[in-house]
Amino acid sequence: MRQLLNNIKEGLLKGLSPIVTGIKKAWSFISELLGKILHVLTHNPVLNITTQHVIIAKVIKIRITNQRREAWLGLMFIFIWIVGFSIFTLYPVFNSLYLSFFKVRLDGAGLQTVFVGIDNFKAAFIQDPYFVEIILEYVLEMVLNVPMVLVFALIIAMLINQDIRGKGIWRTIFFLPVIISSGPVIGELMNQGATTLPSIENYDIITLVLENVGEFIANPIQSLFDTILLVLWFAGIQILILLAGLQKIDKSIYEASMIDGASPWESFWKITLPSIMPLVTVSVVYTVVSMSVFSLNEVIIYIRNVMLGESTVGTLTTGYGYSAALSWLYFIIMTLLILLFVGLLNIRRGRRS
Amino acid sequence: MKLFKRLRAFLKEMIHLIKNKEWAQISSKLKRVLVGMKFTDGLLFKVLIYTLLISLGYIYLYPVLYMLTNSFMSTQDIISSTVKWVPSSLNWENYKLVFEEIDYFSALTDGIILAALPAIAATVSSAIVGYGFARFNFPFKNVLFVLMIASFIIPPQITMLPTFRMFSNYGLLGSIKAFLYPAMLGQGLNGAIYILIFYQFFKMIPKSLEESAKLDGANSLSIFTRIAIPLAVPSIIIVFLFSFVWYYNETYLSGLFLRGSDLMSLPLRLEQYINQYTSIYPEGSPARELMQAVKLAGNVITLFPLLLLYFFTQRYFVESIDRTGITGE
Repeated sequence: MRQLLNNIKEGLLKGLSPIVTGIKKAWSFISELLGKILHVLTHNPVLNITTQHVIIAKVIKIRITNQRREAWLGLMFIFIWIVGFSIFTLYPVFNSLYLSFFKVRLDGAGLQTVFVGIDNFKAAFIQDPYFVEIILEYVLEMVLNVPMVLVFALIIAMLINQDIRGKGIWRTIFFLPVIISSGPVIGELMNQGATTLPSIENYDIITLVLENVGEFIANPIQSLFDTILLVLWFAGIQILILLAGLQKIDKSIYEASMIDGASPWESFWKITLPSIMPLVTVSVVYTVVSMSVFSLNEVIIYIRNVMLGESTVGTLTTGYGYSAALSWLYFIIMTLLILLFVGLLNIRRGRRS
Repeated sequence: MKLFKRLRAFLKEMIHLIKNKEWAQISSKLKRVLVGMKFTDGLLFKVLIYTLLISLGYIYLYPVLYMLTNSFMSTQDIISSTVKWVPSSLNWENYKLVFEEIDYFSALTDGIILAALPAIAATVSSAIVGYGFARFNFPFKNVLFVLMIASFIIPPQITMLPTFRMFSNYGLLGSIKAFLYPAMLGQGLNGAIYILIFYQFFKMIPKSLEESAKLDGANSLSIFTRIAIPLAVPSIIIVFLFSFVWYYNETYLSGLFLRGSDLMSLPLRLEQYINQYTSIYPEGSPARELMQAVKLAGNVITLFPLLLLYFFTQRYFVESIDRTGITGE
């Protein structure tokens, strides 16, 4: 089997090698061509750049300092990003903020707007029967799920980082979600109940919790059990990030601490966790964002329905203006959640050191 | 085999010790094996680790296995309560049905084009931008950098309608341009992550390399194309792979931008087909029951190209994380 795989691999590599050399040749050609074009662009009567001056149309002369040159070059490199950011992010963001203060109707003639002030935001809390409920559920779910994702990601990263047999196979299994986690597939699996572990439901844990603590806590816990698989599947990238951090910790620190008599438990809390703390913060931000913009998220679905006018509750609680207001509220709550998590992590770190 | 031999030798020794009634030695030996010198090298620890690995691995593989086995089930198997995991026969009908209904090969070509072109554009643009952020100092650099990272956390709902209207005004809807243009300008799906990956990588290249190239007469462009890019091949591969996978799986925006056009990615076409199928057959009819299996079969063939890609390139997904410096210190 392995022989066969190797053969296939070698065959593929051999087949690919002309392509690779082709790419290399094409690349060197392109880079040379780009250099020549640049030379023509920078050495002509209109714009002449010498080593010391920039001469525009033979009249304006600007001295080049090192600092100026560097700033200019840097701006050239990120120029495409500045353009893209203004067109595809900045403009839509401000446009939607602007529209959230209006009642918007889309018809054949275009966009009809009526100024309503902050009524859209008020309506979200007062008139809308669903939004507050959905948002509260979302916040609770996040507060429960994000730590779960991180704990599991850390456990798995540490497990893979151990000296184990078949490292490659385990890694392949645990990174599989990165490939599969697309909306429709997960939605399908959710519909058919493949994302809950049947064995968990068989025990009466949930009724036990429900009887003892009450609905407010039991419901999120139940949904946690229902979606445990989904939660674990969100940990793909975080495992990668944390694993990279774990591999960077110097092994000799562990040896030194062991000689001083530290147990593995202690060295986890005193060495491992503090060294990967920045990466834990990165993972927290990533987790919150990826779970919040996931296309099966309740809030996201609700906002889309509002926007498409599929949820007609009141006159004010439909349409794009209202959905823009909702998305902004959602964005603010999400940012607050991120700040909360990051703040919590850093308070703990401060106390420790 | 080696393990077996060691086990036999160990047991022999133990029996010998028990016969001679040397209890103190037995207990110290056992302790040595179970707990080891420092717990992490003992047998107990190994057992703990493998138990955790196997149970977590089971949780991870469960949906995939479920998908695979159930996609082969016939109507009887699905309704029958005696069949849970192994279908009574390999039923290829489901696959055949989906395969024909969604016109697999043309859908696959569309899907690959829709994913690959924006992914290439995103890789190129984010490499350039990442290099700019990593190697140069310019006014407002920090502000721009923070904005770049902040753009990652903006939910797509906020920008959706203005973008949609802009695209419709310029006639970009229903064509690949709706994805290509943002990607070319560094605003692709999760664009901030790609820029960040390149930023981290290009920051690691020593300044002295750049300076020596400058002494040899290279300008900034040729330093970028001749030195930085060839060094960054692992990052390029990983960014391309990630963005390919993300574009391939994306349905939220493509459902909006490509609605009603001929160009449709594979997941999108599957979704459409399922919706059609659901509306034809009423709840509870046998065809509706079979539908479950058909849907899963559709998902399997949708994911198949990605799984194939993952199988051949997983070492890049898994190992080049350190080399790309995604970790950001």
